Amino acid sequence: MNQRQRPDQEQLLQWINMVSFACTETVLYLNTHPDCSEALAFYQKHVALRKQALEEYARLYGPLTLDHAVSTGNKWAWIQQPWPWEGGKC
Amino acid sequence: MWNYEKRLEYPIHIKETNPKLAQAIITQYGGPDGELGASMRYLSQRYTMPYREAIATLTDIGTEELAHFEMICTIVYQLTRNMSMEELKASGFDVYYVDHTAGLWPQAASGVPFSAATFQSTGDPVADLTEDLAAEQKARITYDNILRLCEDSPEVKDAIRFLREREIVHFQRFGESLRIVQDHLDSRNFYIMNPAFDTGISGGSGDCGCKSNTP
Repeated sequence: MNQRQRPDQEQLLQWINMVSFACTETVLYLNTHPDCSEALAFYQKHVALRKQALEEYARLYGPLTLDHAVSTGNKWAWIQQPWPWEGGKC
Repeated sequence: MWNYEKRLEYPIHIKETNPKLAQAIITQYGGPDGELGASMRYLSQRYTMPYREAIATLTDIGTEELAHFEMICTIVYQLTRNMSMEELKASGFDVYYVDHTAGLWPQAASGVPFSAATFQSTGDPVADLTEDLAAEQKARITYDNILRLCEDSPEVKDAIRFLREREIVHFQRFGESLRIVQDHLDSRNFYIMNPAFDTGISGGSGDCGCKSNTP
């Protein structure tokens, strides 16, 4: 993801899904293995990638969380972007 | 407190219309081993759970289950959003339609409404976590059964396979949580006291002096 100028919206969302899933999975592992330094480092790396990608997505395509819903001009952006169940239309 | 993210945990893009399949899959929304019940079970059980690892596990898996019932609702919604009256009647979806049109409502495939009676919160860590292990296996077999019904629907199958896999990971984490709980208990008799309730007794370390009264 480092080389691209302006990532495609679907690709960027896919990247967010991937790094977010890595975080979800690592959180569950860390909850029962809180002393695993390898998992701690893995989590730190992926949570940073996730933060960066969420910010980039908000800047280019609109907010995915309310924390990112402020920086998109004069219009309330939260209601503009599609909802997650609206995919796959012909 | 919860925050919403405007994305699915795993993407779903279903183009086909198939109300019959939707009527089976809705069971993982409001059915006896569905995602809504799973979430409510874990998020209810966590308050009296005495150990940090297990509280976190219940909280985070309970939260992930919320994302899973959103995925199930998305599958049902996408399979029914373009259905015609003819498709609806021919598929048997008419019995759902008459009460809910194409709206999402938590029920089992058989039409039985969602009920908190499908899960327990016993206030006993060993009993609760043992129920949670069974719950993950029951959800896993429901997904196995759904997979046999959606052989011809690759877009549905893809999402169901993701959900099925999560049941297996959650089963593993609940197993570890149960082991951690048992490590805090008296290995000679895990049931000598309830560590979430009998707080006057010294932490199950075996020095409470009541071994002769073992139940």
